[in-house]
Amino acid sequence: MAGWIDRFEAMFGRDVAGLLGFLALVLVAFTVTAPQFPTVANFSSMAFQVSDLGLLTLAMLMPIVSGGFNLAVIATANLSGLTLAWILNRNGGPEAGVVAFTLGAVAAVAVGGASGAVMGATIAFLGAHPILASLAMMIFLRGLGEYLTRGGDISGFPDFLREVGHGALFGVPVPMLILLVAALCWHILLSHTRHGFAVAMIGSNARATEYSGVPVKRTITLVYALSGMMCALAGIVMLTRFNSVRVGHGEALLLVTVLACFLGGVDPFGGFGRVPPVFVALLILQTLSSGLNLLGTSQHLSTAVWGLFLIAVMILRWAGPRFAKLLNRTKE
Amino acid sequence: MRDYLRSHEGEARLFVVLVVLVVFLSVASPSFLTASNLASLMNNNAINVIWAVGLLVVLISGGIDISFAVAASVVQYLTFYALMAVGGGNWLVGLLFAGGIGVAVGFINAALIAGFGVISIVATIATFNALFGLLMFMTAGRSLYDLPDWWTTRVEVVHLGDGATLTLPVAAMATAMAATWFLISRTNIGRQLYAFGDNPEGARRAGVATSLMQFIAYGWVGLMAGVGGIMQVNIVQEVVPNALIGRELEVLAAVVLGGARLGGGRGTVLGCFMGVLLVAITQNGLNMLGVSPYAFKMVIGLTILVAISMSNFEFSALAGRHPGRRRLGRLD
Repeated sequence: MAGWIDRFEAMFGRDVAGLLGFLALVLVAFTVTAPQFPTVANFSSMAFQVSDLGLLTLAMLMPIVSGGFNLAVIATANLSGLTLAWILNRNGGPEAGVVAFTLGAVAAVAVGGASGAVMGATIAFLGAHPILASLAMMIFLRGLGEYLTRGGDISGFPDFLREVGHGALFGVPVPMLILLVAALCWHILLSHTRHGFAVAMIGSNARATEYSGVPVKRTITLVYALSGMMCALAGIVMLTRFNSVRVGHGEALLLVTVLACFLGGVDPFGGFGRVPPVFVALLILQTLSSGLNLLGTSQHLSTAVWGLFLIAVMILRWAGPRFAKLLNRTKE
Repeated sequence: MRDYLRSHEGEARLFVVLVVLVVFLSVASPSFLTASNLASLMNNNAINVIWAVGLLVVLISGGIDISFAVAASVVQYLTFYALMAVGGGNWLVGLLFAGGIGVAVGFINAALIAGFGVISIVATIATFNALFGLLMFMTAGRSLYDLPDWWTTRVEVVHLGDGATLTLPVAAMATAMAATWFLISRTNIGRQLYAFGDNPEGARRAGVATSLMQFIAYGWVGLMAGVGGIMQVNIVQEVVPNALIGRELEVLAAVVLGGARLGGGRGTVLGCFMGVLLVAITQNGLNMLGVSPYAFKMVIGLTILVAISMSNFEFSALAGRHPGRRRLGRLD
């Protein structure tokens, strides 16, 4: 049994085991209290809902690991969504074809990547603080979107997009599949490539990394460009799910993405952070939200519970080692 | 004077930018440099300055607070119910309630940070979500309109002529600025706050009571959140639960523009004031110049981006005197 646990911990890390325990606890609690909770319909709707937050959290994750921050994730996602919507509308709106969609999606990712690259370059080459640079970028991008749309929303998209946003492949919702693929890519990128190693090293000590011969400035620029591209993917998925784009869509999720990263054990100073625990943290947040919703409370209570849950986890992480030390002392 | 400029380079640059902006707007628009416009500029931005000087103290101590704007909303509701319980009250009672509740909310953050070792940005994002969720859940999103008369009556403090008057929030702003200046520049506690923010471990070894510093800093931002909250009601004459959410990031941008360093140990009240003014005057100027309101946010975001790029750019590097230093900020 112990060997089993050791092997699991070696494979996924100790943090994942703890969070999976939490997830199991929450799942059991809601299964007992809410009869509609353990149903296929509920799990399917949870899988649909977690995708937006999940993609945005991935976009937040990489900058935090590099010792930075990206407060512009929602604004970037919105603007990328607008780009796609604009191209679809220019090509017939509801009659737009797959080619127009592909073109629009590529343009959206390009817009997201470009705005991320500008932000990253400001941080890397001018030494602006990431919080401030991304904050300014957020205000600028949101303003640009407001200016272009006059605050209204854009809708009227082709029917096949409904299949992307609401369809399922082999019983798994398409947005969830997109999230899974994106998370896998991010995991490989962060944990198994030269780039990921450099990102974590920069997050630990940028100067030492620079002296080791890593192109720190270029890597940081790339981090934010990749983050922007992930935002664009989130923007595209949000477009297909809501069948409309509006500036400010999902703005409430901004700080929740940070919350999810911290819950997933990402070091706020950078240097440490992995995709699997963050993914489990996302599942916990979504379970809490859906479960509370089934119990008949509002989304706002979920927000409060998310915050309180993060506080509880932080206190447990603080108390855990102390408690263990106390136990060992009494044994001696 | 030269020493002051050298140690307050950010403030000096910001001052130059402000002067250029004011001169340009005075020439471009005849209605800019009038008593009524300047008075309304002050009246409308007094609240932001009150919050900014509160946040400044936290930034100096090396922390960050995301929750103060939501805390201000919580204060508004709790103060209302407390006032109803004592039969209406007056300004003195209201300020006591608002300040007291604000400090209490600040102490929650301080307890999490100092007591449980939670990183400030994690702790305040958690309390942000917890407070906002609970507030929206408890109030069910309902606004309050039936407020005591003294609270919503416009109090004119200084007459500038031409019917232009400065109102009570401006007086509160001046008091908050003076009190914060006194705290950080003229007291022993202020020196300790700077020292603690610049080098927490060094300060601890030098005998600074680190937990006390956290409680003072977060208590102060809580106090300012409370005072700003009660004054904001005086301006808008209603209490809306989600009216202030999002303001925390605008204020943060303004404070950091004003030369406060994310990571601690640097920042002045004057810089803070100029940071808020830069954003306010930019918006006011765009209005005067007849620019479409939809473009405001975009231009403000761009202004902040340019300003931070300028403030991090080493002009001396152009002259080839010494290579550009990169300041890497850290958050505690």
